Amino acid sequence: MRKQTLHGMRRQEGFLGWLFVAPMALGICIFQIYPILFSLYISLTQWNLVGAPRWLGIQNYVNLFTEERYFPKAMSNTGTYAVGTIVPGIALGIVFAMLLNQKIAGRFAYRAIYFIPVVAPTVALGVLWQWIYEPHFGILNAVLKVFGVQGPAWLGSTHWAMRSMIIFALWQGLGFNIVIFLAGLQSISTEYYEAAEIDGANALQRFLHITLPLLSPVTFFMLVTGVIGACQDFVTPYILTGGGPANATLMAVMFLYGKAFREQHMGLASAVAYILFAVIVTLTIINFRLGKKWVFYEEAV
Amino acid sequence: MASVPHVRKTRRFGVSPRRIIPRALTHLVLMAVAVLMLFPLVWMVSTSLKAPGKQYLWPPQMIPNPWYPQNYVNLFALAPMGMYLLNSTKITVLSVLGTSISSSLAAFAFARMRFRGKDAFFTIILATMMLPGAVTLIPTFVIFRLLGWVDTHAPLIVPSFFGSAFYVFLIRQYFRSIPQDLVDSAQIDGANFFRIYWNIFLPLGAPILTTVAVLTFLGTWNDLFGPLIYLNTQSKMTVQLGLAYLRGRAGTGVERFGTIMAGAFLGLVPTLVLYFFGQKYFVQGLARSALKG
Repeated sequence: MRKQTLHGMRRQEGFLGWLFVAPMALGICIFQIYPILFSLYISLTQWNLVGAPRWLGIQNYVNLFTEERYFPKAMSNTGTYAVGTIVPGIALGIVFAMLLNQKIAGRFAYRAIYFIPVVAPTVALGVLWQWIYEPHFGILNAVLKVFGVQGPAWLGSTHWAMRSMIIFALWQGLGFNIVIFLAGLQSISTEYYEAAEIDGANALQRFLHITLPLLSPVTFFMLVTGVIGACQDFVTPYILTGGGPANATLMAVMFLYGKAFREQHMGLASAVAYILFAVIVTLTIINFRLGKKWVFYEEAV
Repeated sequence: MASVPHVRKTRRFGVSPRRIIPRALTHLVLMAVAVLMLFPLVWMVSTSLKAPGKQYLWPPQMIPNPWYPQNYVNLFALAPMGMYLLNSTKITVLSVLGTSISSSLAAFAFARMRFRGKDAFFTIILATMMLPGAVTLIPTFVIFRLLGWVDTHAPLIVPSFFGSAFYVFLIRQYFRSIPQDLVDSAQIDGANFFRIYWNIFLPLGAPILTTVAVLTFLGTWNDLFGPLIYLNTQSKMTVQLGLAYLRGRAGTGVERFGTIMAGAFLGLVPTLVLYFFGQKYFVQGLARSALKG
């Protein structure tokens, strides 16, 4: 009798379990699995949303590297942006996390302040920085003038636009990097430092031989997610520069957006999406391969 | 270097003379960066309240003189700012609701129920987290276009009711830490799975659900890409999209920045207010979304 009820409950559980995950299962099928396949198909066609897609084979992919002048530009800009935001971002994150990892007065207040740009909408911050960067009336060039420096046109200059965008991104992301590295620092056991101090290691040695290696999983993680994030950033260039001047800040997803929603070249845009997908997967794999060489996991000792 | 305080075993009152200078330098650097972080935001508010011609005086006027709230009046005359705020609120509230319900339901099943194919399905869900949004963008647009939902709020709300892979993962981790004894004794009392989910897991999971709600709020309120792709009519736009368009309509003179900063400030205020009250959830939530994701 009891066995039967138990069996009945199991069957009910099997059914209810699927009922509970049903919305999720449906969502995965409609918004993930179907799109992966559909966009692969579309990337092999010419399609402007109206009528039937016309089969092109790999022509869109070929065109991106031969006909489309701005696609390689967009990809290399994306690379510049990724390197420019990730490398200094990680360095600054580590330095400030270490400063804030001390028992100093106001460290929670500092952290709270640094984090404000992280939660604030990029659109609002972006239009704010357009005003700060304004060449003739903006506060930045006004301050520079006091030091006798004639500031550049920042976002309006082909030479400075990408740098200006990177400075903005670093400013916005600093608080996030600090919080992540702080969590990493706080997970390092103080015993290592105590032992090192007994052995007479100085601060620099402790940093190089304890902090950096034990922080390397976090650094590695920031590198991987940083690459993925930078490759897909759309809002920052869209708001700050619109990709200009002269495509100096045109990035991959902006290019895709333009092709898809301004020119209705859905096939070409889908090909861009797939190339971006391939680049992200490749970079992630390379990161993991290289990561094995320099990432230090405590458990492995 | 002063970066390893834990090494010192004795807890001293005050700072030893040897450490005063490094300490002071640390504060100097931290404070300089704090100013760097805050100044632009103060400058935004300040500009939004300055009369035309006062925005670029040197030395800069931090406190506007005279006060010029007219920028906000101009803003509302220039763009349906009230509608924008209302639309953003509606989309955000419904998205938070949808994400919380659907993700916690699935998370509960993954954490505490036995059903066929559970592990395989969970692996698929984790795998979709790595898919870049660019790949799903166009097909998703095509679906909503077929449904006739372009230029409505539905594409921005409905997907959230189908759950989100990352939040399912996050909530599941938390639910697994809730003692099985609670489930067992509830079952002996005759409670079904839905009651257990509703009466035990939802209340006990409040911290993680708050984190999910906060992250969804940020993702929806701050979003530009979704609204940009789906919304065309002014009266349907969200604050962030409206703000992006506002720049084109605010004129070309330098005084336009007064109006634009007023709009930027209004787009920012709800986030700031929530951050002020729930700082812990924002910081931990975003850190968690990075470290465990």
